[in-house]
Amino acid sequence: MQAIKVISGGVMPAMLISIIGYGLIKGINVFDAFLNGAKDGMKTAVKILPALVGLIAAITMLRTSGALEFITRMLAPVTSVFKMPPEVLPLALLRPVSGSGALAVVNDIFKAHGADSLVGYTASVMMGSTETTFYTLAVYYGAVGIKDSRYALKAALIADFVGMVSSCLVCRMFF
Amino acid sequence: MMNYVWAGMIILAYVFAVSGGRTEAVTQSALDGAKGAVDMVISLLGMMCFWTGLLEIAKRSGLTEKLAKLASPLMRILFPKLKKEKEAQSAIIMNMIANFLGLSNAATPLGIKAMEELDRINGKKQIASSEMCMFVVINTASITLMPTTLITLRSAAGSTEPFSVIVPVWICSVLSVTAGIVAAKLFDRREDERGLCRRLR
Repeated sequence: MQAIKVISGGVMPAMLISIIGYGLIKGINVFDAFLNGAKDGMKTAVKILPALVGLIAAITMLRTSGALEFITRMLAPVTSVFKMPPEVLPLALLRPVSGSGALAVVNDIFKAHGADSLVGYTASVMMGSTETTFYTLAVYYGAVGIKDSRYALKAALIADFVGMVSSCLVCRMFF
Repeated sequence: MMNYVWAGMIILAYVFAVSGGRTEAVTQSALDGAKGAVDMVISLLGMMCFWTGLLEIAKRSGLTEKLAKLASPLMRILFPKLKKEKEAQSAIIMNMIANFLGLSNAATPLGIKAMEELDRINGKKQIASSEMCMFVVINTASITLMPTTLITLRSAAGSTEPFSVIVPVWICSVLSVTAGIVAAKLFDRREDERGLCRRLR
């Protein structure tokens, strides 16, 4: 566990130093490049804001109304099979459909249980290790006019499922 | 699809609100949620700019291309039929690198470029080729070296160890992407055999 914390904490400094160092060696203006790139980050943040407003509002409403708790309790037998904390179930359901929706659920879980709790930890790993499957499929196949996607959705959902179940198990091991 | 999911969430919230007598609280929570979203984006903004700035340095210095060279043996395993298709290969590699570095903005256009290249080679239009399926599956289970948004969100939520999730995220992503690749290869082989049977008949 300690080793994992050390590696996890070392990734960021290592990347920072190697990216900037390599840039300097190659003789590019690193600060100028940084500023240009940072502008893109700004644009992305502005771009995701409307979706997040809509989705976080909807999820907060679901939680306040008691609907989220009801769904979680109903599906508790399913979640216990995979050793999944029941609170992360809404995340597992929404993750393949909507990236910003999933982000909104994660934020909600952090607010309700704390980011460092087992639930918060599991939600983090689940969020980080899976993707917005349906969206990706639609964009890529749509771009070239594919009508028959063959087995792609099946295989992608298997990947998501394995990612989710392993997040629950790995978090239980490491927590 | 999000169309119905979103509308459904709000309608469901009100169904529960009315039956539980919490209509006012639920309406108030919509306003709180909207405000919360803005707070969240503001807390993410700094880190997002910082990270995209760093990645621009990596791009200009040629570091991303260097990583692409390192990835080429992996390409031969995943896409054996693309040996001579240099254009398709490089688009796929650049997309995978962009995903790996968490450059989702760059990853999507590169991914579409890769799909166009694969489509050019594809004999049966409108039906996905095996390479397309593999590529899309890898993209839907992408591995990220540094899940920046997640880590920023964690620290904004008051985590004392926002980075502690990185290694577990790697482990789970690798398991997930491996499952996807194996599944795609197996499904592909099964369909091939079926196709062969049909032709023999």
